Amino acid sequence: MKVTEKDVAYVADLANLDLTGEERAGMLRDLNSILDYVDRLNDLDTSDVPPMAQVSDRYGVDVSKQGSERFAYASREDIFEGLRKALPHAEALANAPDADEEFFRVPKVIER
Amino acid sequence: MDLASLTIDAARSAVAERRTTALALVEEHYSRIQKEDGRIGAFLTLSKERALEQADRIDRMAAEGKPLPQLAGVPVGIKDVMSTRGVRTTAGSRILENYIPPYDCTAVARLEAAGAVVLGKMNCDEFAMGSSNENSAYHPVRNPRDTNRVPGGSSGGSAAAVAADMAVFTLGSDTGGSIRQPASFCGVVGMMPTYGRVSRYGLIAFASSLDHIGPLAKTVKDAATVLGTIAGRDPMDATSADVPVPDYVTELDRPIRGTKIGVAKEYFGEGLDDEVRQAVEAAIDKLKELGCEIVPVSLPHTPYAIPTYYLIATAEASANLARYDGVRYSQRARGVKTLSEMYRRSRDEGFGAEVKRRIMLGTYALSAGYYDAYYLKAQKVRTLLTRDFDEAFDKVDAIVAPTSPTAAFRLGEKSKDPLAMYLADIYTVTADLAGIPGISIPCGETREKLPIGLQILGKHFDESTVLRVAHAYEQAA
Repeated sequence: MKVTEKDVAYVADLANLDLTGEERAGMLRDLNSILDYVDRLNDLDTSDVPPMAQVSDRYGVDVSKQGSERFAYASREDIFEGLRKALPHAEALANAPDADEEFFRVPKVIER
Repeated sequence: MDLASLTIDAARSAVAERRTTALALVEEHYSRIQKEDGRIGAFLTLSKERALEQADRIDRMAAEGKPLPQLAGVPVGIKDVMSTRGVRTTAGSRILENYIPPYDCTAVARLEAAGAVVLGKMNCDEFAMGSSNENSAYHPVRNPRDTNRVPGGSSGGSAAAVAADMAVFTLGSDTGGSIRQPASFCGVVGMMPTYGRVSRYGLIAFASSLDHIGPLAKTVKDAATVLGTIAGRDPMDATSADVPVPDYVTELDRPIRGTKIGVAKEYFGEGLDDEVRQAVEAAIDKLKELGCEIVPVSLPHTPYAIPTYYLIATAEASANLARYDGVRYSQRARGVKTLSEMYRRSRDEGFGAEVKRRIMLGTYALSAGYYDAYYLKAQKVRTLLTRDFDEAFDKVDAIVAPTSPTAAFRLGEKSKDPLAMYLADIYTVTADLAGIPGISIPCGETREKLPIGLQILGKHFDESTVLRVAHAYEQAA
């Protein structure tokens, strides 16, 4: 068993999920079964292999440069109005479960 | 009008030559949906108002004798993970049950600009996470060939609608096989383009480095037409590639004689159903008859693709799905007293079991102490999997393989065992990880009359060769 009940509780907390007792038990079983399967990756020696985060690393990238300059092909000038108009205030709020005319509304942030 | 044989060209020319109207085409499709979709479940939302408005626009253009765009009057369904302005977009999830996007996905906007008529939104696995469409929070989709079977996933509604003639074509999305596998199960054509070929702007994100939009259609030519319409650089998506888009339809007729086709033994190993193997081997023989040279190739890291995929995809998903917090657009749990309680209870109530499982796995793989062992390790193996293709494509122009190890399985057959379900993607995930294009086309049936899919993979940005080989096979078969 790689993953313990304590790990499930910790990871659920990081992911902003509560999960019922039954869900936690299922998660413990499923995560262990999947991670057992994933273990086969350790058959491979990858000490000299670079990680691949994006397919686009393979084209357009200027490998002689560092940092954001490597990805210059994807950059563009900032445009004040953006490439499309910003959403009108009312439209941006229209899907909110709770809003007044100005802001999204949420329950109390500070607990006491 | 016979909807079963209605291709893009047939629909467009019927409208252009005034043998029918865009309005009549839309209405015929809606009555077909009314009659058929009760037993299939492919649609989640119908966008009638928008469809009628667009049809009217096309009909007025036709009446005025104006030149009609390429997809004029062609009815299309859009997978419900693509944003449609003013039309509910749920991603198959309860957490977006009432979400009405304020803007259009680029691919949808390009289809409409080319005259296509959006009929509605297609059912799918929740947030495109699944291989059977049983993870839809609304209802499963059933395979039109046999309603006790799954249509595949996650673009199950998109594939089933084309198979049941409820749309001329549809858009789907492919992160680990979600266009090709359902196309294979339902007996239609499904094309995943190169990563970056089609803008992801407006696609509800599952795994950003793996998500692709592509067409499901009745013919390879239709898939080529749609791809040509939606492909190309979009400044709204920084990962969309600035690579010229060829005329895919014209390219289809170039001869395939002399094309080098790779066959990798790793795609014909244990777990492959005998009937699927025979059908794919027969298809390879057919390609040989057509003048292709069959070349054995090796993709030695293939057995590591599924674990690599499930670490990277879930890690990215855990980050992407953090945005569903009950504040800006997702459902909020009732009766919550604090912000933290609101986040947790809204997500607990809004997400289904598979989505929670993937968020948990991804969060675990990214968490302190496990990042190097899981996420970084998977990224390194992703490099090895991509190098396998690089080396193979030094020798060949395309690679053929089965799309899925089996034909469509029964509803409920794998839904209790996540790992068994993940293995349904064993022949498709590697192309997503490498970012290369792939298509699934029908190549026969099992004794039980279930469709079998032939997969053709190509080099980065070489969709033309993939489509050309697929077209030649389709015409000859």
